[in-house]
Order: sequence, then C-alpha cells, then structure tokens
Amino acid sequence: MKGRRLLTRRNLLLTGAAAAGGLLLPGWWRRNMPPTYGHILRMGDNLTYAAHRLLLPGQSMAREYNPGDITAFPAIFLDDRFLTDPSHPMRSEAYRRSHATGFADWRLKVEGLVARPKTYSLADLKRFPARTQVTRHTCEEGWSAIGEWTGVQLGRVLEVDAGLLPEARFVTFHCNDNYVDSIDLLDALHPQTLLAYGMNGGDLSVPHGAPVRLRVETQMGYKSMKYIERVVVTSELDDGGKDGNIQNGWSWYAGI
Amino acid sequence: MALSFPALVVSGYVILMCHPRLYWGEVGNDLTPALLELPISPNHRHGGWEATGPFARNGGGPVGATRTFVIFNQNSWARSLHFLAAWFLVVPGAVYLLAGAFTGHFRRHLRPGVGELTPRRLWRDVVDHLRLRIRPAPGRARYGLLQKCTYCGVVFAVLPLTVLTGLAMSPAITAGYPILGRLFGGFQSARTVHFFATVVLVLFLLVHTAMVVRSGFLRQMRAMTFGRTP
Repeated sequence: MKGRRLLTRRNLLLTGAAAAGGLLLPGWWRRNMPPTYGHILRMGDNLTYAAHRLLLPGQSMAREYNPGDITAFPAIFLDDRFLTDPSHPMRSEAYRRSHATGFADWRLKVEGLVARPKTYSLADLKRFPARTQVTRHTCEEGWSAIGEWTGVQLGRVLEVDAGLLPEARFVTFHCNDNYVDSIDLLDALHPQTLLAYGMNGGDLSVPHGAPVRLRVETQMGYKSMKYIERVVVTSELDDGGKDGNIQNGWSWYAGI
Repeated sequence: MALSFPALVVSGYVILMCHPRLYWGEVGNDLTPALLELPISPNHRHGGWEATGPFARNGGGPVGATRTFVIFNQNSWARSLHFLAAWFLVVPGAVYLLAGAFTGHFRRHLRPGVGELTPRRLWRDVVDHLRLRIRPAPGRARYGLLQKCTYCGVVFAVLPLTVLTGLAMSPAITAGYPILGRLFGGFQSARTVHFFATVVLVLFLLVHTAMVVRSGFLRQMRAMTFGRTP
C-alpha cells in the first residue's frame, strides 16, 4: 500500500462540503418543509415529501388519456359542512347570483411575492393560451376518475404575467368554500398544473368547483382545490390556521 | 420493522373502510361498477348520490353526481401512519435483501437444494403439513422444503409486490416512472393487487405463527432472538 495521507485534497473538499451542508441543512429544512407541530405523523409526511423531491425526476408529466377514456366523475365537497349547513358559502345567494350571470362579477386575486399583483376576471383568464388535458383524478379515499380539463397553466400566470419574486417558495389558495391549502413552487410551476375553468368540453360545473378550480396532477385529489378566489405567493408555508388541512391532521404533501 | 407490519395492516384496513370497493384498470368510483364490494364500513353501498346528469360533451356516457352522504373517513391519520410505517418496512427490507444476497443467507438457507425440489417431495411435505405431522426443527436451523418455498414466495414475490403496487398508486411516483403505473394495469388494479397481496401476507403470518408455536415456541423464540438453539 502506498503511503496513505490523512489529509488529501479530496477529503478536504468532501469534509468541507459535508460541514457546510450540515450547517446549511437545518436552515434549508426549516424554510422548505411544512411544520410538524412535533407530531410523528407529520414528520413521516415530511420524510416522504423530502424523499419525493430528492429521488423523483422534477416535474415529470402525469399520464394523459384520450377523450374517449373520460369516465363518470363523482363530485364531493371537501367540507362536509356544505351538506348540513344552509349558510355555507356555496349555498349563498351571492354565489348563486354570480353563477347565474356566468360569474361576470367573479375575480381572482394574485398577490404576495409577485412583482405585479393582479386581479383577473374569468374572461382575463380565458385570454391566456389554454391547455386541455385528459387526466386521472385520484382521491385519497380510494376512488379515481378521468376527466378533461381546460384552463391556463398556473405557472404562466405566476411567472410570466404576475412575475415571481426570488423569495417565492409556496403558493397558497384561498377558496370560496373557506378552504385554504398550498403547494410548493415545483408543483405550482408544473406544466400540467392548471387554473381550470372547463371540464369535459363545457364550463366547470358548480359541484366541480365553478368558476375556477386548481388541477395538480402529481398529487392526490384534495390538492386540486375548487372555487378558488385568491392566490397568494409566500416565502414561508401558510398552514391556513385552525381551518387549514395540516392542523386537521392531513398530510400537506399528497404525492402518494 | 416487526411493528410496521401490524401498523400497515391496521391503517390499510382503515383506508379501505373509506372506500370499500375494488376495481380493475385505471378508474373506479361509486358511479362505475366494482369488482368487489366489501361490507366493512358504513360507506358500504351508502347510496348517498344526487345525479347531476350527463356532462356537456359525453352525453349518455359518463355522468357526474354529487355525494350527499357524510362518509366514514379516517384517512388523515391512517394514510400518514401507513406511509410512515412503510418506511420501516422498505428500508430494513432493502437492507435484509442486500445482506441476504451478499452473505449467502439466501443461497444457503432459502434456496431449495439440488434435487430437493421435486414434485414428489413437495407433495409429501404438503401432506405432512396438512396432517399436522410437523417434526420439531433439528438442532441446526434447517428449513423444511415447503418452508423454504413459502419464505421465498414471501420475501421475493409478495412483499415486493405490496411495495410496488403501493408505489404504483402514487400520482407523483407514477408521473416520474410511468412504467409503474402500467405494470399492474392501472391505479385501481394496483390497489386491488395491493389488497390481495396483503391478505396473503396476513394468512402467511397466521400460519407462520401457528407453526412456530407447534414446533416448540420457547425454543424457536430463543433461536430467533439470540440465534442459539440448545
């Protein structure tokens, strides 16, 4: 064996990189990972999320089908209160009136860490180049359905039109049915992530989230939020408070 | 790892309770016919659907309906527990497979020896087991023929199958590796195979435990934990 040196250049470089990584990692982790609230299940969720982001090729396309593959599609309300509470926003007079006028008064606010905060009408969104995709909706409950979605790529609105600021990391969606949830930038800028206003060739119907819902094809159905009204770009994850999904025990990341 | 299996079975069962219908192919939901409906929860044939009529373009074919029934759904913790426990199965499982391959454990103990695997001997072993004529294991731990075949099936076929079908249900993983999605004929097929593979594993566990008890419980437990047999 030739003389083994304790300090080789390669060792130095590797040790240095590891040390820097060790120092930087906790900060990176805190900024990019959803909160765990000290709960072991949330830690497991984060392990899965980190593994997906580390091991999976970034922004690969979910399978797209032919229009002939479209199937029956159940509509469920994420918020069961819709079924029991007559004062639920989706049952309100305001929403009904808005629906009757083709959502002429509906506006989508895009704000937060964007260079040009904007308000879009439905017609504004339809002026963007449209993308139509036939994809499978996979519900955490265990069922699936194939539908055709038409809308504008969220990345197009955020990156090209509103202009993301460098600190942007998460995109939070505030929905008319009081639902709040967020996705990371990788999924937000995914080419198949749409602000969808059309389904199966027609306008998006009320049970499916009219006038505009999100489509996130790389995650479970509950991340494809309905009735979107406000999109907020943030640098830190907004857990949505006590109405938020994570605080109610659901995994923030639902790619599995 | 030993705890992860019951955690996976229980959480998997709770997840299945949420939608106790199994299908084949990519798609299956309450509005499409099921392969199998399991009467294991209040969600079994709840019938809480309000039809909203055919969609604009596919008149007559695909329909939509709104659910009016508040279903049993404990998937928030069940899914997270399932995936957490899966880590404790997959990581030590991968280490076991690698170690077993490189230390020669599989070759020496699990692979049926030359001339051992004949239909005649296999049949005799099956008949012996059915008659519950189970010889206590000899001093040096040597697996019986049927035992070797069963272990090989579990280690190399059924357990990997549960992991692969599990991954095949993930929208993110199948986007990255579309082959996984197609391997089992679609999301719902993967879910169905996942269920039946688990049934096989649970049956294996029951028989395995019964055999351990029958062939000398205390001695076998000592052999498993400390590796020595008196």
